[in-house]
Amino acid sequence: MASITIRDAKKSYAKLQVVHGVDLDIASGEFVVILGPSGCGKSTLLRMIAGLEEISGGEIAIDGTVVNRLEPRERGCAMVFQNYALYPHMSVAQNIGYSLKVAGVPSAERTQRIQAVARTLELEHLLDRKPMALSGGQRQRVAMGRAMIREPKVFLFDEPLSNLDAKLRVQMRSEIRKLHRRLNATSVFVTHDQVEAMTLADRLVVMNGGRVEQVGTPAEIYSRPASRFVATFVGAPAMNILEGTVELDGLSLLGGSRRLAMARAGLPVGTKVAMGIRPEAVRLVAPGTAGALNATVDLVEELGAGRVIYVDLDGAPFSVMTSEAVHPEPGSAVGLKILPEDMHFFSSETGSRLDVFKASVPEPAL
Amino acid sequence: MVERTPILNFVTHVILFLGFLMAVAPFVIVAIASSHNLKDVNDVPMSLLPGSDFWVNIKTAWTTADLGPKLLNSFIMATGVAAGKVIISALTAFSIVYFRYPGRTFIFWLIFVTLMLPLEVRIVPTYAVVANVLSPYQAILDVTGLSWLIEKVSGVQVSLNLGLLNSYSGLILPLIATATGTFLYRQFFLTVPDELTEAARMDGAGPIRFFIDILLPLSRNNMAALGTIMFLWAWNQYLWPLLITTDQSHATAVTELKQLIPNVGGIPEWNIAMAGTLIVMLPPLIVVVAMQRWFVRGLIATEK
Repeated sequence: MASITIRDAKKSYAKLQVVHGVDLDIASGEFVVILGPSGCGKSTLLRMIAGLEEISGGEIAIDGTVVNRLEPRERGCAMVFQNYALYPHMSVAQNIGYSLKVAGVPSAERTQRIQAVARTLELEHLLDRKPMALSGGQRQRVAMGRAMIREPKVFLFDEPLSNLDAKLRVQMRSEIRKLHRRLNATSVFVTHDQVEAMTLADRLVVMNGGRVEQVGTPAEIYSRPASRFVATFVGAPAMNILEGTVELDGLSLLGGSRRLAMARAGLPVGTKVAMGIRPEAVRLVAPGTAGALNATVDLVEELGAGRVIYVDLDGAPFSVMTSEAVHPEPGSAVGLKILPEDMHFFSSETGSRLDVFKASVPEPAL
Repeated sequence: MVERTPILNFVTHVILFLGFLMAVAPFVIVAIASSHNLKDVNDVPMSLLPGSDFWVNIKTAWTTADLGPKLLNSFIMATGVAAGKVIISALTAFSIVYFRYPGRTFIFWLIFVTLMLPLEVRIVPTYAVVANVLSPYQAILDVTGLSWLIEKVSGVQVSLNLGLLNSYSGLILPLIATATGTFLYRQFFLTVPDELTEAARMDGAGPIRFFIDILLPLSRNNMAALGTIMFLWAWNQYLWPLLITTDQSHATAVTELKQLIPNVGGIPEWNIAMAGTLIVMLPPLIVVVAMQRWFVRGLIATEK
């Protein structure tokens, strides 16, 4: 078990900088998930921790020791790769035990440790098979076993579940979680799947464009996104964003067709802001209800447990998620009730969160 | 694509069969000729029914051309070339694909150039080098004036000499130094996923361990294919062995076949010559049959 400290870590390839100064503290035994769209630098950051990518600037320390110049094997990390990267010519047992063989562990002890790991992962009956003869989930387990057997200080996961089918993914997710609870080893898990991120993480790191956008518990990130990017990236369907302009006594939305009365709280008149509302925070009411926004239904997606209703709000797309048994017809009018505490405001310029507003009930247009 | 085209199928089979006949006919004629006696083999046209002197001819050819030791020489040379080639190519390809170092591209092109300069093209300089392996160094010493300096200072005349004529190393080494195998390996190494390399690094394996434990076992099929091709190629070498083996004890079977070919005005013992040819053809045939399965796999698909 070990803590990881990342200070101003940078990575560039020739002139292209892909990681721009990341600061991150990971406590010992913590399960941290790095979430972001593809190309955001999350895998690169993980590989910098592993030692597979050189660190162009800044510092990474594991357990207080700066590891910038250390080889992967000297860092005490184990990694599970996206495509498992099992050695195709070795049996499961040889795959799991390879790192011990390299380290010169005597054969008897090796066999014993392979057996122990195989028992934990329920791989005992597969030890003699070649990776080719395994299913995706079994390969995944072998890859985990290969990481576990070294008893590493840090576990690194590089999108390990993305090649599994949906059902297996859910199962492996909970197995990884259980495994972490038992081994309690510091883990860093990279994914672009927000459900995976939310369910696994003690703490979530959302990255975009080589920068950390927000660090926090999954609940924090969901309820108080630090930027417009985080707000729209986390949560499905994505948060609705309505562009607006600050006015003397409130906010004009959608090019002035809707107004929101609220205290201005220091922002100069004319400032562009974006208001975000999660689809699941909107309630459907009868059209024309006082304080509700009127909209036209475009499309209804049935999800079984609920449905997503896409509506048109003066030309702007807007989605509502509801579990109520309402089935509005496309083309019909509905009212949208939004509570002030569910509104998020972001600066249109920087995208960062603005906590200066206290919105009251929106009023229908002029 | 599967189509039912009976006429086309028939035509393709006819073409294939004709090709097969063309490939196998000379071989059949050699076999038949080697079974005739001296009179029958010189009949015009030669009878295409096998004669009865096969074993006699084989025996005569064997003793006349002293094929026992010559086959051994050929075998040592072909095995040496095949093994050397497999090892050298694997190492050079490993270096080119997996390491970043200054001059890498330059070295890559240098190797590539050898493809355009086969042994036959550079046979005179190669002969000069093999005659005295150290002659390039001697030349460097002479040109730079170092040998003059050494002679002045110590009174020793520098004269480096290490000849490889009439030796197995002389037969083998020049044939190893070409690029074909390097490129075969390079193509294969490029298909090995990077994740595998990284997994090995995470497991603590250094470059040499990775090479021996992971890369070599994965390229088994390539090794078999390359080894087979190189064995055949080296076995069939004629010009080079002829040039550098002046001593009979190092001559190869292929060059010694010449001994069996009747001279102008000599007895036209073509039956003996054909019998000798048959013996010399046999070992490569055995190698191909034995390695066939691996050979084909190594040249076509990769299991991953």
